[in-house]
Order: sequence, then structure tokens, then C-alpha cells
Amino acid sequence: MGIISNGTTLLDAGAIDSGIASGAMVLLSTLTASNSATLDFTSGITSTYKEYMFKYINVHPSANNTSTFFGFQVDTGTNTNYAQTMTTTHFRGAHSEADNHATVQVGADRDQAEGTALQSLAYAVGGNADECISGTMSLFDPASSTFVKHFLSRANVYYEADITMDSFTAGYVNTTTALTRVRFKMTGGNIESGIIKMYGIV
Amino acid sequence: MAIISNAVTIADAGAFSVSLGSMTHIKTLTASSSANLQFVHGSSSVILNNTYPIYLFKMINIHGANSQELNVDFSIDSGSNYSQAKTSTFFEAQHSEDDGTNTLAYDGDRDLAQSNSGVSLTTNVGNGNDESACAEMYLFNPSSTTFTKHFITRAVYYDENGAGVRDAFGAGYRNTTSAVNAVKFKMDSGNIDSGIIKLYGIKDS
Repeated sequence: MGIISNGTTLLDAGAIDSGIASGAMVLLSTLTASNSATLDFTSGITSTYKEYMFKYINVHPSANNTSTFFGFQVDTGTNTNYAQTMTTTHFRGAHSEADNHATVQVGADRDQAEGTALQSLAYAVGGNADECISGTMSLFDPASSTFVKHFLSRANVYYEADITMDSFTAGYVNTTTALTRVRFKMTGGNIESGIIKMYGIV
Repeated sequence: MAIISNAVTIADAGAFSVSLGSMTHIKTLTASSSANLQFVHGSSSVILNNTYPIYLFKMINIHGANSQELNVDFSIDSGSNYSQAKTSTFFEAQHSEDDGTNTLAYDGDRDLAQSNSGVSLTTNVGNGNDESACAEMYLFNPSSTTFTKHFITRAVYYDENGAGVRDAFGAGYRNTTSAVNAVKFKMDSGNIDSGIIKLYGIKDS
């Protein structure tokens, strides 16, 4: 039975009527870190959406170390290796609180050329109480069995030396096998706190 | 008749009173050896007017018949004419699979200075079987009759010749105070073999 208001069908057949403009960004899952080694999205990544968007909000590491970075990897099926082959770019703009460092540069130490490591999204995240990373990543058509899997990320990080760093990362996972899993982690220590949300884009 | 639940009005007067989200999917076009993909306001359920202050286009796995650039252009006369002045910037990061190329550079061959050409979203995209481009473009306030029409783009794609990945950033304006009511995507030459382009409206209230 439809629900009609003022001559307009709002609800029908168990759903909002197709004629009603509704939200295109569907929250699928939220993971909350609590001194977590990893945050893994292991379900919900299917052919339902052509784009999956991840929002990382106030991700705070347990360590304060210049060699620590926040990154991601992916996997297929029910595998847990998280070592898919990627080719990626990484560059960043940076500006220090002391105003003595301002630059835009390629981060050749944070990209990969057919590598299988954790892909950096932001590095040297400060571990002091108010320091963290926030950002967003789009993963396109992970269920494709034809194309490589492209992704785009932008994140701002409170670098441990009191620098704001605007980090741009992009690339592809070089496989035509469907991706079903996404893992986020720090390279050193745990994710002490923070949330990561996954959305499907209609 | 209003629909009220737990004292909250859910819907009334033919519309939902509660928020259904601020990003609304308007239209998806699917390429099949297509010369171009065109969104024209008022045609095929496309909305591209003052309904939304911001429009967002998502291009997913655009695969060209040839290794060519993906372009976009804007029309003020429902697609009859796209050749109008635009000024834009273009820069990109690039990294090859063999680690031999790793650059961030401005590309003066892909920007426009009051040019009637299409706006480059990419350089040449590989057209091997598993190669494609994904991109997004924001178009701001296309219906304004006061301001130029700003856009910003970002694209990630497989470089031609299997050379690696590129992350391209574009921005600019269509230099007109007339309302833009059509947007067209195409390759530099040849067809779009496959891929989809989605149009969204972003609400401001």
C-alpha cells in the first residue's frame, strides 16, 4: 500500500518512492578505534555501489614517531593478507606553526610502484593529546572484474613536528579481481582512538 | 494529511519533512561506444538549474576507444553550442609502475586561457582492457546570472602505455554570466567505449 500525501506518493512497496529525491550517500558502517591494531571493513563492499567513500575522523595514534604513518590496504574474497599490488602517487602541502616551513612536494617515500605494502594516507601523525588525522577516500567500483581499482584520498594531518600537512594520495590496486575488504592501520603502534565511516554512493 | 510518528511530522503536503540527505542522485548515463555523454537540463529527467547551488559529477571507469584525454564542456543553450571561453588550470602527480617517473608538475598544455576548447580532465588515459579513468567534478551555481561558473576537478587514471598512475587536478571558470544548463563529457577523439557518469545535486537548505 502506498502512502500518498497531497497527491504525491511518498512511500510504496516498502521503500521511498522513486520520484522522491533522497540521499545519495548511504552510511554503511562505522568502526571506532580503541587502541586498535587495525580497523577492518570486511563486509558490505559489493557491487551494490560504484563508489565507496571512507571518512577518517580524528584518527589518533598511540605513538608519536616520524616513521609512523596511517594507511590502508585491501583484499579479495575472505583473504586476510592485505597485500594487494598498488601503484600510487603521494604529494603534500605543508606549513609549520612557526611559519618557517612551507612547501608542496612529492612524497616519494610514501608512494608505491607495484608495491604490496600498506599505502600511506598521511605520515608522522602527532601522538600528543590533541593531534590527529582527518580525511576522506573514494574507492571506485571495487567489484569490477574488468578494471583495476582506482582510489582518491585527501587528508589533513597534524604532523608530529607541529606542522599541518595536506596529503593527496591516489592510485590503483592492480587487479581485476573484486575487492571485498579494506583495512586501515598505523605502521607503528595502534590506532588509539578515532572513527572511520564507510558510505555507499548511490 | 500529515504523517506523524512519535509527535514528529515525517511528511506533509506531498513532501518529506525530515531530512533525506543533502546529496541527491539525479541521473546516471552509461556509455556504450558513445561519442559523448551529455546532461541537458529538462531532458531525460536531468536537473541542472537553480534547484541546487552545487552539482557533482562522478565519472567511473571511463574507458576510451583510443588512448585519449577525457574532456568536459559547458553550454548555455541546452547543448546547441559548447564552444565558449574558459580559463582553467591543470597540474598532476604521476608515478610509473617501474618507479622511473615520479613527478608533480603544472601542465601548460592542458590549461586554457579564454579558450573555446574543452576542459581537460586527464592527459591520455590507457585503453588496455583493464585501464580506465575515475574522476569527479564540482560545478558551482550554474544558474547564476551574475557570476562566472566555477568548476573543480580531480581524476585518477591509468596512464597510456601501461606507464603507471596519474592524479590530475583541474579548476577554472566558464567565463559567462549566462546560466549554464548543459554539460558534455567526451574523449579528445574516438568514442567512450564504456563507463558511467553520475550527476548529483548538493542542497544548501
